[in-house]
Amino acid sequence: MTTTLPTDSSARLPGLIRRLTGDEKHAPSAHSTIDVLQVLYDRVLRVTPDTADDPERDRFLLSKGHGPAAYYAVLAAHGFIPDAWLDDLAGPESRLGHHPDRLLVPGVEIGSGSLGHGLGLAVGTALGLRAQGLLNPRVYVLLGDAELDEGSNHEAIAYAGATGLDSLTAVVVDNASASYGWAGGIASRFTVNGWTADTVDGRDHEALYAALTGHRPRHPHLVVARIESKG
Amino acid sequence: MIDMRTAFIDTATALLDEDPRTALVLADISASQFAPAGHRHPDRVLNVGIREQLMIGVAGGLALTGLRPIAHSYATFLVDRAYEQIKLDLDHQGVGAILVSIGASYDGSAEGRTHQSPGDVALFDSLGDGWTVRVPGHPDEVAPLLRNAATTDDPTYLRLSEQRNAEAYPDATALRVLRRGLSNAPLVVAVGPMLDPTMAATEGMDVTVAYTHTSRPLDTPGLRALANTDVVLVEPYLAGTSSALVNRALADVPHRLLALGVGQTDLRRYGDPADHARWHGLDADGLRRSISAFLGSVGG
Repeated sequence: MTTTLPTDSSARLPGLIRRLTGDEKHAPSAHSTIDVLQVLYDRVLRVTPDTADDPERDRFLLSKGHGPAAYYAVLAAHGFIPDAWLDDLAGPESRLGHHPDRLLVPGVEIGSGSLGHGLGLAVGTALGLRAQGLLNPRVYVLLGDAELDEGSNHEAIAYAGATGLDSLTAVVVDNASASYGWAGGIASRFTVNGWTADTVDGRDHEALYAALTGHRPRHPHLVVARIESKG
Repeated sequence: MIDMRTAFIDTATALLDEDPRTALVLADISASQFAPAGHRHPDRVLNVGIREQLMIGVAGGLALTGLRPIAHSYATFLVDRAYEQIKLDLDHQGVGAILVSIGASYDGSAEGRTHQSPGDVALFDSLGDGWTVRVPGHPDEVAPLLRNAATTDDPTYLRLSEQRNAEAYPDATALRVLRRGLSNAPLVVAVGPMLDPTMAATEGMDVTVAYTHTSRPLDTPGLRALANTDVVLVEPYLAGTSSALVNRALADVPHRLLALGVGQTDLRRYGDPADHARWHGLDADGLRRSISAFLGSVGG
């Protein structure tokens, strides 16, 4: 495994997140998705501001659209949006809301907020790329463990597994926030339908990198990134 | 003579052969009829099983990659059930699809309420003004409307039915006058399959009857040109679905509007579609009674 970071946004992220939240007390790790997003954009996704409309780019779909501060900060760190946009989150003239809108924010692949929409859109995106012979791009979609309560996800999990949609990787950030939990574990919901799965420490960048690049042929891949409980 | 559903299957199959941008998403309904197309285009004929939320989500994802998706099922599963997916996975993403439904308001008369969608067109009105809504009145109107939709990226709803008129008017995107009354005659607008019962109902009346298969955008310039004081709408979905549009179009001229269509109450009755048309007052006799009473109610 490579240890050379193509980009390292870790020095800039704390300052960028502070511009969004005005919160001096909490470390970036207060944001559940920050580590996954950092590893994806620093090391995994083949997309830059210059290739944000390139059909050959990797896609990242944020399904869990609430609490997007970490997402906006990572997009700014990578030059998709100007840093100055972070200073007016959800203001009347702001392009950045409490849920992202793909028509307002460069680099954002889907508008999200209502839970349970990203995985279906990701399946369609993967199918659309395949139908056009675009076999290199990979489609990543990030969900929350509580988001899996929405039944629409289970339509997508079953279908993607049954058809072996192997250009798709779902990432579930698990902070144990689902009201009734997931008896038997989250990964089993996917693997029983034919997905491969890695469950890793969601704060461990090396483990995340290995899992996020750990997909196998003929199966969609799941990464469960476990982090501390929301409390 | 083929029916509308067969016309759709034939035309969509041809489009899949001709245009590599088209893709079809199914949720088991009509899957066997599309099997030959699926063998030729396995990557663009996608049956997701009985999963209508996923069907629209997949359509949205396909459109995001630049394809032109066609999604198809019974109206109640395609539109009513997957309403939020239509709102968010298509509209909010800024992408379009062609949604093609069967079943309409009461084709499934014997199946009951679970297979009926009189409210589908009203739901599209709740989504803003981007949608084109086609309500063909004859199978021969289906192919040109579907082909036209495939050349664009616009969000389009094609509402097919087993109810049909004797003649096709494929060019009736704008209001087409099929009976001309004397000057100042009342205007009766018939949408889709309501044309034939409307023509029979108004036989011998001094009214102008105009037909369209395009519910949205409704031809409001044509409406203003043809309307006098009295206007009657005859629609094959919820009564009053287009009332607000007509009243807006005629806001600055004195007018009276009678909006006929399917009633809001779940009748909890079976029978055949002709029974339902009669119960909703949409057969020729019922329409004649309603229209006569309306026209006779002022100065008559």
